[in-house]
Amino acid sequence: MSAPVVILGAGLAGFGVARELRKLDKQVAIRVVTADAGAFYSKPNLSNALAWQKTPAQLVAAPRAAIAAQLGVDIVDHVRAVELLPAEHALRTGDGRIDYGRLVLAIGAQPIRLPIEGSGAADILSVNHLDDYAVFRRQLAGKRRIAILGAGLIGCEFANDLAGAGFAVEVFDLAPQPLSRLLPAAAAAFFARGLAAAGVRFHFATSVGRVDRHGDAYVLRDLEGRRFEADLVLSAVGLRPETALAKAAGLTINRGIVVDRQLATSDAAIHAVGDCAEVQGLVLPFVLPIMQQARALAKTLAGMATPVDYPAMPVVVKTPACPTVVCPPPAGLDGAWREEASADGVRALFVDAAGKPLGFALVGAATSAKQALAPQMPAWL
Amino acid sequence: MKKYKCIICGFVYDETAGDPEHGIAAGTRWLDVPESWSCPDCGVAKADFEMVEV
Repeated sequence: MSAPVVILGAGLAGFGVARELRKLDKQVAIRVVTADAGAFYSKPNLSNALAWQKTPAQLVAAPRAAIAAQLGVDIVDHVRAVELLPAEHALRTGDGRIDYGRLVLAIGAQPIRLPIEGSGAADILSVNHLDDYAVFRRQLAGKRRIAILGAGLIGCEFANDLAGAGFAVEVFDLAPQPLSRLLPAAAAAFFARGLAAAGVRFHFATSVGRVDRHGDAYVLRDLEGRRFEADLVLSAVGLRPETALAKAAGLTINRGIVVDRQLATSDAAIHAVGDCAEVQGLVLPFVLPIMQQARALAKTLAGMATPVDYPAMPVVVKTPACPTVVCPPPAGLDGAWREEASADGVRALFVDAAGKPLGFALVGAATSAKQALAPQMPAWL
Repeated sequence: MKKYKCIICGFVYDETAGDPEHGIAAGTRWLDVPESWSCPDCGVAKADFEMVEV
């Protein structure tokens, strides 16, 4: 039997490739190697699990044995890759050596941590994994006041989920508005009002510089020295693609692991997908690009070389207090936002000089235009 | 009539109800839902509904 396809990582990207490859090739040996328990869960659900009244255990869609049987793959769980050995078509793990025919890196990203001082800085939680989320939920028990660092997508989704469950939530961000990389000003203002009405308190144009333990709680100081208190501090200031293994192996990296349209790294037998991968300069830590990548890579691995396409892929922000969907304009294209605000929402179009729409942002009732607008947007790749 | 669940966000497609808001009439069998249809909640493709009957 030929050497297996080894997929390193058991998130949506890793299992996505396994699932799509198995649809195309019933025979090929697929081995998923993961540092965690190897269960299948959908990461986007972490940030609205309270609203759905799901415990961390209930977020598992399929335990390891079930997903392994369903996909016809071998899952090597609780094993961490230590080193890639491209010349030998192998990887070294904490539990011995694993040979591969083709290797797929689906190793995700790590939460960015702000440089914060104080005795409580090390207690600040980040959630980018089901296991992190389990820790977060255990610590949440009996707490009331939650401080969230970062008003981006994940910070706002967690803020909405926590406020909806009755927690007092304060959110800090250096930007003057929430979702600063996604929303133009009027849409952001409407969004901020929606979350504020649900109980979220925003502090914009500032950052938390210090967190000190104070009994069972924490005292936070922002850059202007203002004092806040919280029972738990959650950091959600962004993700950094996991590139260390690839870099040590001599693969080309930039912001992420650099891959071509066929998702091959600088070593033709090693591919990368998901939050760790940079495709023609794009690092897109969202579900839809992962699904596009998984389908394209599965075809390539099954012998039909297929470049990945990125149609315009709207990002749904899971904030029930203010439904929001954003289709960012492709990077590097010139244009300007045109926003139409009404009492129940904001419809924003990013248009070029000729008036052609390149992207959109819809909040509140305006989100109903998503299905009509999305096909009009230019492809990203 | 059966139901199918989105593996990403948990949205359930119910053949009885269809998805009239997006052009899929009530009673449309899963097989007859076009491949171009996507999850109304999270946007993933029909192929990402993993035949999880509920």
